[in-house]
Amino acid sequence: MPTISGAQALIKALEFEGVDVMFGVPGGAILPAYDPLYDSPINHILARHEQGAGHMASGYAWATGRVGVCMATSGPGATNLVTPLADALMDSVPMVAITGQVATTSVGNDAFQEAYTTGITMPCTKHNYFVTDAKDIANVVHEAFYIARSGRPGPVLVDVPKDVLNAEIEWEDPTDLDLPGYKPTITPHARRITEAIRLIEAAEQPVLYVGGGIIKAEASDVLRELVGALNIPVVTTLMGRGVVADSHPLTLGMPGMHGTYTATTAIQKSDLLIALGVRFDDRVTGDPDFFAPNAKVIHADVDPAEIGKVRDAEVPIVGDAKAVIEAMLAEWGDRPAPERTRWLEQVHRWQREKGLKYDQKPDGTIKPQFVIEELHRITGGNAIVVSGVGQHQMWASLHWGFEKPRTWINSGGLGTMGYAVPAAVGAKAGMPDELVWAIDGDGCFQMTSQELITAAVDGIPVKIALINNSQHGMVTQWQRLFYGGRLSASQLGVGAVDYVMLAEAMGCAGIRAETPGEVAPAIEKAMSINDRPVVVEFVVDRDEMVFPMVPAGGSNDIVLLGPEDL
Amino acid sequence: MMQHTLSVLVEDKAGVLARVSSLLARRGFNIHSLAVGPTAEIGMSRMTIVVEAPELEQVKKQLHKLVNVVKITELDPNRSVEREIMLIRISTSGGGRSDVLEIGAIFKATVVDVGQNSITFQVTGTPSKLADFFELVRGYGVIDMAKSGRIALSRENKARKLKAV
Ligand SMILES: Cc1ncc(C[n+]2csc(CCOP(=O)(O)OP(=O)(O)O)c2C)c(N)n1
Ligand SMILES: [Mg+2]
Repeated sequence: MPTISGAQALIKALEFEGVDVMFGVPGGAILPAYDPLYDSPINHILARHEQGAGHMASGYAWATGRVGVCMATSGPGATNLVTPLADALMDSVPMVAITGQVATTSVGNDAFQEAYTTGITMPCTKHNYFVTDAKDIANVVHEAFYIARSGRPGPVLVDVPKDVLNAEIEWEDPTDLDLPGYKPTITPHARRITEAIRLIEAAEQPVLYVGGGIIKAEASDVLRELVGALNIPVVTTLMGRGVVADSHPLTLGMPGMHGTYTATTAIQKSDLLIALGVRFDDRVTGDPDFFAPNAKVIHADVDPAEIGKVRDAEVPIVGDAKAVIEAMLAEWGDRPAPERTRWLEQVHRWQREKGLKYDQKPDGTIKPQFVIEELHRITGGNAIVVSGVGQHQMWASLHWGFEKPRTWINSGGLGTMGYAVPAAVGAKAGMPDELVWAIDGDGCFQMTSQELITAAVDGIPVKIALINNSQHGMVTQWQRLFYGGRLSASQLGVGAVDYVMLAEAMGCAGIRAETPGEVAPAIEKAMSINDRPVVVEFVVDRDEMVFPMVPAGGSNDIVLLGPEDL
Repeated sequence: MMQHTLSVLVEDKAGVLARVSSLLARRGFNIHSLAVGPTAEIGMSRMTIVVEAPELEQVKKQLHKLVNVVKITELDPNRSVEREIMLIRISTSGGGRSDVLEIGAIFKATVVDVGQNSITFQVTGTPSKLADFFELVRGYGVIDMAKSGRIALSRENKARKLKAV
């Protein structure tokens, strides 16, 4: 049998897993793997920074539902991946990262570009591997993909020393998985489902509290069926936006610190929370001692450790969200949907009376919320929206109407500034026929904008709506509210960057809108450019703050609707 | 805080000990002792971990998330055997050699080293037996002491309780 190198085996193993696109930056230790990649059908996108490569893999994974793949060299290449790995672990994103390592003979000797990659990434991966024998490559890669996408998805790193990449072996297809300690529970316990339905029958003010787990389980369709069958209002967390259509009358939007009044308050007043694929994050619960004080809890998650971590559940259900919902639907059978007239009237009254508001004066400065709503109107909402972290992220989540899952991509758990541009590039690389709009802040943009060069060079025409308030707006908001307006190190300088020039310098189209009247034409112009990436800078009101708001650590009973509530 | 003894079956793979200890540290659980060694099953190791945690459920669930962790059993002290081994060097320069030897005999301790000024015992037994021994000899002057982590196995389930060994 002819032999191949470990590097060839690595690329072959990636092909075997069906990888079509991957993102990375080469360097000494991983160079052997880049050579067979030259002939491979895998499309490798050369990121400008490994952090970019990692977030691209994440954006790709969110948009496509497949495992995102990134590759980097040893030492600094690997350490630059730490942020995207930690980000992916928090948000349960299926990713596989391949890193080069110094030769096994040099490991532990402070060799050039040596870093203890598996040690450094142990707490920020779902699992990681250090490969010492080239014969193991095919099986390790196969296991890595399986672990990344199954159960509660997450990032898996495979570290391969250079001499292992250079070793000659005979290729063998990966064998069956041998993971005695890894057996995710998919099918829920039947008795638990019966108990859940019993609680649902008895509830008068139930709320479905659903999140990213629904997307990972591809359970959006069955969830919509469940909503109809049970006639229960739904709140969607930041990670779960779009799993039910925002246009549906039972959808209340996002709960929590910057959630809608109705979503946050419905949870507070509920007598039963049906929590599916969510983890009671502190940005949702506020002070957990005051969270949904009268509610019994049904909590279903594929990760048993999430159940009871923050809030005890009357009915704990371990299982895949789709399997759980299907079992609930079957148990419910063809019973008629309860009317819940009083509860739904109450909820709809809140929606009417305590809706989102902002004041766009026709001759005033541009309000960021207006930009989001215009973007939604002009695109008809038919876009994948990717966001950074900050005020613009909250406005995008609040003011965009999401109709489908996998159309909202952002960094929730880790809150990683700079996520938007590379994640948008990854999303577009995975879904080239979809319109991809990043809604980014100026602070975030300055952290990773160089990936627009990648997008321009590799023909990945993403569009960026840059919400420019010349500041770290979210930090500024906190300083205004809680630090007496002392704006310490949060101001980025008015006019400090000419974003149109910057965009054009990177091979993109640059457009600027400075008045409300320029907003729609700027978006329309951006929509007409499809041969390269476009950056539209919206110069927005610097004083605008994100509302609603529950002050950090407080009770969710107090929702501030606007500056007048302060 | 409550101490709990966990018997954890893990795959015998490089880095498993680091994964387990780093996870416990990261989640804020205090390790009182940890002993690891081979077990009867090939390719597996057994860790006996004594942790301090207000609530064990989270510790177990978090440990279970490690891919190399195969099985976790919480050991009830009443239905398991727990052993530690202690090596302890006691000063005899102030006299008292025969007293110390007598205490050693009561505890079935083995003398493993004798010098002009000290005597070293090996004591095996339950954590409380070792603690009692230590209390009795400390007055003579303990020069040095090393203790293994606790190891434990659950007892066989028996309908009628046989005399404990
Ligand atoms: C990497 C990183 N560093 C710092 C922070 C803290 N932080 C959160 S939001 C924010 C400001 C974001 O500024 P910008 O991108 O301009 O968004 P805006 O809030 O102005 O919309 C900062 C500094 C973070 N989340 N991530
Ligand atoms: Mg800003």
